[in-house]
Amino acid sequence: MTEPILDIRGVTKAYGLTVANDAVDFQVEPGLIHAVLGENGAGKSTLMKIIYGVVKPDAGTLVWRGQLVSIASPAEARRLGIGMVFQHFSLFETLTVTENISLAVPGSKNELGQRIRAASARFGLDVEPDARVHTLTVGERQRIEILRCILQEPKVIILDEPTSVLPPQGIVKLFETLRNLASEGIAVVFISHKLDEIRALCDTATIMRGGRVVGVVNPKEETSKSLTQLMIGQDIPAPTARSHAGTTAGVLRVQNLDHVPDDPYAAPLSGLDLELRGGEILGIAGVSGNGQGALMRVLAGEIRTAPDTVLLDQKPVGALGPGARRRLGVHFIPEERLGRGAVPGHTLAENAGLTTFHSGLLSFGFLQLRKRRERAGKMITDMDVRCSGPDAAAQSLSGGNLQKFIVSREMALAPRVLIAEQPTWGVDVGAAAAIRQKLLDMRDQGVALLIVSEELEELMEICDRVQVMFRGRLSAPVAVGQTDIEHIGLAMAGDFDGLETVHG
Amino acid sequence: MDVLIFMVSGTLAAATALIFAAMGELVAEKSGMLNLGIEGMMATGAAMGFVAATVSGSYTVGFIAAALLGCVLSLIFALLTLVFRANQTASGLAIGILGLGLSSAIGKKYESMTLPGVPDLPLGPLAQIPVIGPMFFQLDVMVYLSMLLIPVTWYVLNRTRLGLTIRAVGESPVNAHALGLRVLWIRAGCVAFGGAMAGIGGAYMSTAYTPLWAEGMIAGRGWIVVALTVFGTWMVPRVAFGAYLFGSISLLELSIQALGVNVPSQLMSALPYLVTIFMLALISRNTLFIRLNSPASLGATFRL
Repeated sequence: MTEPILDIRGVTKAYGLTVANDAVDFQVEPGLIHAVLGENGAGKSTLMKIIYGVVKPDAGTLVWRGQLVSIASPAEARRLGIGMVFQHFSLFETLTVTENISLAVPGSKNELGQRIRAASARFGLDVEPDARVHTLTVGERQRIEILRCILQEPKVIILDEPTSVLPPQGIVKLFETLRNLASEGIAVVFISHKLDEIRALCDTATIMRGGRVVGVVNPKEETSKSLTQLMIGQDIPAPTARSHAGTTAGVLRVQNLDHVPDDPYAAPLSGLDLELRGGEILGIAGVSGNGQGALMRVLAGEIRTAPDTVLLDQKPVGALGPGARRRLGVHFIPEERLGRGAVPGHTLAENAGLTTFHSGLLSFGFLQLRKRRERAGKMITDMDVRCSGPDAAAQSLSGGNLQKFIVSREMALAPRVLIAEQPTWGVDVGAAAAIRQKLLDMRDQGVALLIVSEELEELMEICDRVQVMFRGRLSAPVAVGQTDIEHIGLAMAGDFDGLETVHG
Repeated sequence: MDVLIFMVSGTLAAATALIFAAMGELVAEKSGMLNLGIEGMMATGAAMGFVAATVSGSYTVGFIAAALLGCVLSLIFALLTLVFRANQTASGLAIGILGLGLSSAIGKKYESMTLPGVPDLPLGPLAQIPVIGPMFFQLDVMVYLSMLLIPVTWYVLNRTRLGLTIRAVGESPVNAHALGLRVLWIRAGCVAFGGAMAGIGGAYMSTAYTPLWAEGMIAGRGWIVVALTVFGTWMVPRVAFGAYLFGSISLLELSIQALGVNVPSQLMSALPYLVTIFMLALISRNTLFIRLNSPASLGATFRL
């Protein structure tokens, strides 16, 4: 074992009563790929923020190359040689690739151009130096982010959930780059909750749960099952096997949808067709930003279209707004929980009323406050939402709990059609399993469900059919049993043909 | 030909105050700071410039005093919005009102007094060129400086590291901070520059364009400056074009009145404002252009 380049001892950080990091020890060695594994809320992000100087620890020591240091700002972290690639990129969309890099790396334009070309060749990171970032795909953006990091000549690179935005083929490429980096003596810290990736890539893994380090293991010697047990302290409840009763006729249809969004960076939708049947789950796969947002808005009624573009039970509803569609039984769970799914500053009871007041919560035009509170209480118990009760403010809940509440709220209305956008994004493993189980239960009750997700594993697990979205186009549907992740991955990069061969 | 010379040189002079203030506001907005107090800062600059020039007998002192006071006012705005994280819109309006009040307090004893006005400075042989000379090179020094300020602002914003930093901070202060850029200092600096330029623009009104002090003499030019930056889609050439368009229409207004054409004077006074905004709105309909040039964080409070 080599001398650690970064040695963290007993780091503690509390936010109010929540202890995000509790006496955490963490060692990083040069030339190794070190995984930090844990559920959302396990304290991975807080630990990384402490290392990168964003957050000040309450207690504990950081030793950098044998020297006791305190890292007060990201600028100081970078001076020491710690680089970070963020999950949500820190690129400037209106600037070019070179401009983005030059903001962090000193040097004249020509000199920098040469260094960019040299480094991109050496690490297999193809970039177009003069392109503006907003024209690039997510994978390209990540390459720029990594390149910018490398050009600062760091000794440690931290990558926060880097694979969550990539199609499967992009992940393979990223792993090659990371192995290259490690072979040059750079310490790579790889944060993830995806066990198979960690087992394929990493030399060592620190596992966190509830703010503590619960183990340091060699992931190559562990099984996914043993890692899971360390990570969440128990086995994940697998969704109950489906007894799929076959499909009934189409409930919701979209035919030949074209839409040019106001946002000039967003993909225009062209010629979209989909059919949602009762008692089945249709998945929309694809890297986000390929038009899913606009499609969701069209389905929810936030964007209105020609009436017969969207049909509900053969009746045109394209011109109806969200309220009218809800009354017809079309319900919607948006990606943004705070702001679109719920009003952050309002209580859960008030949020419960938002989409349900027309279902018996009004008496002569007045809100039935007690009834609303009772109903919110029922939503909370139905999904085991962890909160202080119906009077808790929506923003006081963790992302996963708020999502459970929103799912519970929409379910309470007995929808005929439920459209959910990234229903388990940023939700911890336990809550995600509970949400998926509820979605399956609803399917078995005959509800037509549409799920948009970036997580292929999730779609393969719960969907009956999948369509792939790429640059505003939608592939033909393919039954989940007749395809595999590899082909869907190719379709996510624009190759729809392979998908259809498998289908055919 | 004389009419044309009069129109061009008059337009340049009429637009000078706007050019100063608009270039300053453009830089501030590019860094994400929506300073709505420009009107008050120009008014304060006008009063301060007039008083300082009258007392000291030096126009240079007048402009420096106006720039400093504009700077101080804008730094109060920076303090409120950057340190205390107050809402930019409300703070800007409040500082603007403060500036208007301050201007009448400073200028009270000098109300309706006059100055000879900043003298013209013919630029040697250039001024001798027929037609072109009287149009462009027989004007006062502030007009030349304002014409110089346009390419300089463009160059700094688009071709230098400083400009790149300002644009980055304006697009995403959070990302800029994560890269180790000093967001608060950069924003404060841009706002201070904007305040100083607004002060100079105001002082130009009271010491050169109409060399007298009268309360309310800025007459909404500060608001036009805000509109120019927005409708000019934060692009230096378009903002400058808007300023000159405004200058030429306000000159036209004077000419039409001088010719005795019978148009209601209120309509004529409104004309430069209407035409400028209409024209800029017309050329700024390309949404991609707007998205590429507008500072995405404009007006948003930056929290760590």
